[in-house]
Parts: sequence; structure tokens; C-alpha cells
Amino acid sequence: METTPLFSLAVVTGILTAGIRLASPYLFAAIGEMFSQRSGVLNLGVEGQMLMGAFTAFYVTLRTGNPWLGLLAAMLVGVLMGLAMAVVSITWRAVQGISGIGFYIVGMGLSELLFKALLGEVKVINTGFNAIHIPLLANLPVLGEIFFRQNIMTYMAFALVPLAWFVLYKTTLGLKIRAVGENPHAADTLGVNVAQIRYLTVTMGGVLSAIGGAALSIANLNVFQENMTAGMGFIAVALVYFGGWKPFGVLFGALLFSMVMALQIFLQVYRFPIPSEFLIMMPYILTIVVLVLTVGRVRSPSALTRPFVRE
Amino acid sequence: MSEPRTMGLGRQKIVHLEMRGITKIFPGVVANDRVDFDVHEGEVHALLGENGAGKSTLMKILYGLYEPNEGEIRINGQPVRIKSPKEAIALGIGMIHQHFMLVDTLTVAENIALGLPSSRGFVTDLDRVSKRTLELAERYGLHVDPGAYIWQLSVGQRQRVEILKALYRGADLFILDEPTAVLTPQEVDEFMGTMRQMTRERHSIIFITHKLHEVIATCDRVTVLRNGRRIDSRPVAGCTKLDLARLMVGHDIVLPKITSAPQRGEMRLELQDVHALSERGSPALRGVSLQVQAGEIVGIAGVSGNGQSELAEVITGLRKVTRGKILVNGQDTTGKLPGELLQIGMAYIPEERMRDGIISDFTVSENIILRNHNQTPYARHGFLLHRIIREVADRLIRMFDIRTPSPTTPAGNLSGGNIQKVVLVRELSRAPKVLIAAQPTRGVDIGAIEFIHKNLLEQRAAGAAILLISEDLDEILSLSDRVAVMYEGQIMAVLENKDAERGLVGLLMAGVRPE
Ligand SMILES: Nc1ncnc2c1ncn2[C@@H]1O[C@H](COP(=O)(O)OP(=O)(O)OP(=O)(O)O)[C@@H](O)[C@H]1O
Ligand SMILES: [Mg+2]
Repeated sequence: METTPLFSLAVVTGILTAGIRLASPYLFAAIGEMFSQRSGVLNLGVEGQMLMGAFTAFYVTLRTGNPWLGLLAAMLVGVLMGLAMAVVSITWRAVQGISGIGFYIVGMGLSELLFKALLGEVKVINTGFNAIHIPLLANLPVLGEIFFRQNIMTYMAFALVPLAWFVLYKTTLGLKIRAVGENPHAADTLGVNVAQIRYLTVTMGGVLSAIGGAALSIANLNVFQENMTAGMGFIAVALVYFGGWKPFGVLFGALLFSMVMALQIFLQVYRFPIPSEFLIMMPYILTIVVLVLTVGRVRSPSALTRPFVRE
Repeated sequence: MSEPRTMGLGRQKIVHLEMRGITKIFPGVVANDRVDFDVHEGEVHALLGENGAGKSTLMKILYGLYEPNEGEIRINGQPVRIKSPKEAIALGIGMIHQHFMLVDTLTVAENIALGLPSSRGFVTDLDRVSKRTLELAERYGLHVDPGAYIWQLSVGQRQRVEILKALYRGADLFILDEPTAVLTPQEVDEFMGTMRQMTRERHSIIFITHKLHEVIATCDRVTVLRNGRRIDSRPVAGCTKLDLARLMVGHDIVLPKITSAPQRGEMRLELQDVHALSERGSPALRGVSLQVQAGEIVGIAGVSGNGQSELAEVITGLRKVTRGKILVNGQDTTGKLPGELLQIGMAYIPEERMRDGIISDFTVSENIILRNHNQTPYARHGFLLHRIIREVADRLIRMFDIRTPSPTTPAGNLSGGNIQKVVLVRELSRAPKVLIAAQPTRGVDIGAIEFIHKNLLEQRAAGAAILLISEDLDEILSLSDRVAVMYEGQIMAVLENKDAERGLVGLLMAGVRPE
């Protein structure tokens, strides 16, 4: 059988380019989840929020032909879903793991229902966010293709990382978030409104997860299918642990994961003689292995999953 | 030098603060019952009372953490409503809590800046905060590195950060809830210096403590609470420790002493050249050899941080022995787990009872039987026998005078001193063969101290081998048959009680070996 050399420059470039693009939904969702967890709330509903974001963005873009409107609509839905999670976990103090799973199921079911009611079949849009060539940089050999011919949402996802770092470590808000997730009683005695901060982060988490979903449906793939995230939201939660609750740690995790994902897709496309089921499992197995290896390396926020009650 | 920033722009300095007829009711307890209290500018006002008398509750009301059911607060004659700590801070009130309120994973400067507006808007101004913190630290003698993380600091340093936090917010009135309970004697001296500097700058201080000599030494006035009621307020001048103790508990207190020679029995605990590392990996025990026989109390004297905590931890199996051997009842127990040591009759009163001693969501009675929960009479065939547990808990709660609304109250809701008692009850009621008591009277009231001391002596008479670790030299000298002095991870000397003269022990504690 005639095969192209498996790892030619072109193939490697292709894998890296795809890897960068694949990372963007994870980045949005995981950075959002990181904020939520840093303030002490574990949101396991990320997957549901992504699906709702993906559907909303796709549907509005399909109808209006404007992906910006689609993105905006997805963000609004993210606000609503984030707020709902906040009410349940902060005001009502429900067990966060369970209520998160509840929101996952709601988001998945609702997006499926809306898909059947409003679309009925898988459609494709050509009005999503297209690749943008950054002047000059896009012409660099190799690097140009990998980094500077991506769609706008990918650029935004990567820009989000330093921004998140700045907010978390350099602003008064970030200081409050870190304090509230670590010792809410101490923050409370200094007049910090614990519930308010948590509402903010959980809602922001909802918005970012929805944007992550939109990145999938109107930037990377330009389609919507039922349950198209297929566990990405849960991977995003894992990436937060993996990244040690730090923005650049999350970035590293997301890249590692998406690169392996891209590699796996290429191996399938090139009919590499490994069962495709195994290839598909690769990134997930990797996640588990790395999680196990990194466990205990960093401490989780001390107040994570603990509702705050002033004694 | 610039004045510390005040948040309430143009607010008045607190010249006189008054609480009138304050009542606070928790489910099952009246924590404060029509309490009147007041404090003047530049005054140090002591708030005394037994564990559970309602001191912390009264102060939490003043700091906006609790809302009173009745009563009013006036500042300079004006009624004010304080609904949150934020409002208290804005009025010029600062509080240093019985349990520190610091975020361990943040730096000193970050803890101080938390919740304050920044001079740069959204962006933090930690460099300025650090600079101003250093200025305040200089002025009040509160030395601490603004860039250090809280988890790296000693207890004394953490307390300085707490005071700096309030100073930084421009507080006039400081509520100090048992600030000295966790300090070493040296740190207490420094702390008194800080308090003097604060009153010199016309700050007012409300000072809660169980150490009566501190009240005599530093306070102008004292208010005594008992069962939520105010018993008396009077000037401290002219009061003796005995007067204060009587006011607090309603009868005279005489702390017991050992009087008879010990009835020493077999060797129960033996350490042979034990070495161990501290939390930070530095050598904490450097060749400790020690013996405790049945029927005697061996006291460990020393300035805290010289290996006492680690000593208790290696004996109870909580810390690894890097070299040497530990024998309990003649059996080598080096490297045994805490659970196994429990089985052979060891009891442990940990120093950090809040953290290591109780499970705060569990009820008082569950905490009391925690150690023996899977044994008769508490359990049969793996099922807990609630009626018996309840009976035993009721009896112990009465015996040890634990102030709790009911045995089913979550232990975390009790007052600081009563939480300590829960741990004490549990460990002492097991009739242990070997008892390790680390700072057993820290944070408990004078009545409880009397009770604990009596109990330790009863255990001794019953033939327990007791290792008593304490920073309170009086406690050591009045209870120990032999006194071992620790310094830098080593035993400087072991003295018989009659030879353990205060001056000599003090020298040994400082690492000086007299010729
Ligand atoms: N959050 C709460 N819920 C229920 N009961 C409480 C709560 N806080 C305090 N209490 C009860 O109120 C009473 C007074 O407690 P408080 O903490 O004010 O005592 P304290 O005088 O500070 O004692 P200590 O010297 O032991 O610190 C106690 O009986 C305690 O059990
Ligand atoms: Mg108290």
C-alpha cells in the first residue's frame, strides 16, 4: 500500500493547526469553570450550558445570517443558565455535584427538544465565523498556518487566558474571588459579599461555557447536532483540576488534550492500523492518566463545594 | 507620616460606645440577656466570663455578624444599626476573632487589601498596601513581611496581621477576642506592648481573655458576664485575681496542686533517642529520651515551637519517627497508627482542638463517643445504640459542665471553650493508660481549669501515666511530679518537682544550662 510519510511537515502542521482550533471550546468552558471553582462553586452543568450555547448560536446565526447575533444570543442563554445554577447552589445551597448534573441533563434535553422542534434535521451554515488571516503574520512559514489563520473565536479563546490571569491575580475582584473560595468567613468579616461574588463567577461561568458551545457550532464546525459536545463540558471540568485552578495551567491542559485529539483524528483519517475505537479513547485515557499523576500536586480551593452560612 | 485611610468619609471618631439591653437568643440558649456594656476612647475594657457566658456573641453583635433580638447600640450618643461587618468597619470598629479570619493561600498584603477599594480602581494596589502596612507595623511594633503567605507565618505573626488589618481600615475601637490564648509568653509580652501603643494613640480596646493576670496588668475596667447576664462592671484598680475569679464563677477558686508523692507503677511510656522532622522538613526532635511511669505526671516545659507539638505527634502516631524508638507498655509502637495506639489505651488531647479535636458538623454526643463508637456499650453488631449513647453523653455533659443547648447540637455551634471541653471529656472519660495532654487548659475558663487540673490528678491517682505539655509554667509546676524542659528539640533536663525551681526552669527554657 502506498502511504504518504506519516509525519511529514505538512501533516504535523495540519495536526497543530487543528489542535489549536479544537482547544478553543475547551478553553472558554474551562476558564469559566475555573472562576466558578475558584470562588468555591463546583458547576458540573458545563456540558448542558455548552449544548444550549451551541444550539442558540447556531439557530440565531442560521436565521439571521449574522454570527455575532448568534454569539450574543448564546451569551444571553449562558447568563440565564448560569443564574439558575447560582440560585440553586448559592441561595438554596443545594449539593453542587448533584444540581450540576441536573443542569447538564436539562441543557442536553432542552437543546435536543429545540433542535427537533426548530430545525428537525442537521443543517449546515456558511455564515459562521471564518478563518481570518492576520496580516503579515499569516504569511510566516509554518507558524503562519498554525497560529494566524484561525477563526476569530479561537483568537478570543487564547486571548481569554492572559485576561483571566490578569483578572484573577491583579484586580480587586480577583482577590475577592480567591478569598471567597478559600475562606469565605474571613472575606465576610471584611465586608466582602460572598454570595454576590459567587453569583458573579457562576454566571460568568455559564456565559463562557455557552460561548464555548458557540465556538463549536458557529466557528469550528458550522453545524448543530444533538449532543454534539459529547462530554467536552466534563473534560473542561477535568481540565480545571488538571491546570491546578490556574489560567495558564488550564491552557496547557487544553492544548495537550486538543493536540492529542487532533493527532487521533489524523491517525483515523490516515487509516493508521490501530482500531479507531482505541484512537477515540486516547485523549480521554490521557486525561485520566494525567489527572491521576497530578493529583495532590496542588490543593483545590478550600471552600470548594461548601455553601456559605454565617455562623 | 500619613494617617491610615478611613473608609467612612468624614465619620466621627468613636469617643464613647454603648450597648444597651442587648438580648440574643439562639435555638435553646439565651446567649445574651439584656446586657449593658460601654467603652470609652483610650480605654482597655476587659470582658470576662466562663466558657459560653456570651462574650463572643456580644462582640459579634457589635461587629455586625449577628443581629440582636433586642437592644440598641449608640456611638457618641447616636443610635446606630450595625447590620454587617462592612458597616462596623465603616463606623471604625475592628475585630480580631477567637479563630483567625485569614486566607491562608493569600499574602499578608492581599489579606489586608481584601475588600478595600483600590487607589487604581479595578486593579489592585498591593505595592501601596505593603508600604502603608510597613509604616503601621513600624509604628505599632507589629513586624511582619507583607509579601509572605499566611500559611508560612507563626500564630503570633498571624495575629499581628489581624491587628494590622483593623488598623489599616482606620479602626478606633478594637475587639480582641482571646488574642493571647494562642500566644507564647514572649509573644504575649510583645502583644501587651502593642496594646499600650494603641491606647497611647487613643484607640479603645475591648479585651476578652481567660487569663486574669492579664486583666490586672493591662485593663482599666472589667465587665463580667455569667450565663448571658452582666454581673458587674467595675474599675480594675483594686481588684485581685481572686476577686475576678469569684465574680466570674460565683465562688472561690483554688487550683489544686500535687501534694502526695506519686505511686509509681510500671513503665508505660518510653522514648529512646527519638528524632523527627517538622512540617517544614527541618529537624524538630533531636534525640529525645524520656520515661513516664504509671501514676505520675511528667510535665514538658518550654517555649512553644521547641518541638513540643511534634513530641505529642510522634507519641500518638501522627508524625513519623525518623530515628529512635517509642515503647508503650513495654511494647515497641514506633510507626504504629493512631488507631492502634488507641486500642492499647492511649488518649490524646490535641493542642489544636478546634482543628484536630472535633468534627464540627457532628453533634456534641457523637463527638463525645467518637473514639469508642464501635465498641460496647455504644454499639452492638455494628449498630449504634442511641439510647445508651444519649445517657452516657448526658452524664458526661453534666459532669464536665459543658454548656450546650442539647446533646444533639452540632459541636461547631458551641462556644470556643466548650468545644475544648468536648474533646477533654472524650479523652478523659476513657480511663486511659497513657494520656498525652497538649495545652489542656488553653482557652478554657478558670472554673474549667480547676476542673481539668483536678481530673488530671484523679487520673494520676488512678494509675495513668500522664505527659502534660504546657506553656503555662504555673500549671507545669503545680501538677508535675517531674519536669522535663525542652529546648530546640532536645530535653535540657528532667527535674524532680522539689528541684524544679521557677528561675532554674526559666533558664533551661531559654537554653541556658546553669553550672
Ligand atoms: N451560632 C450559634 N448557634 C447556636 N448557639 C450558639 C451559636 N453561637 C454561640 N452559641 C451559644 O451561645 C452561648 C454563648 O456563646 P459564646 O460563644 O458567646 O460564649 P463565650 O463567652 O465567647 O465563651 P468562650 O469563652 O468559650 O469563647 C453558648 O451557649 C453557645 O453554645
Ligand atoms: Mg468566645
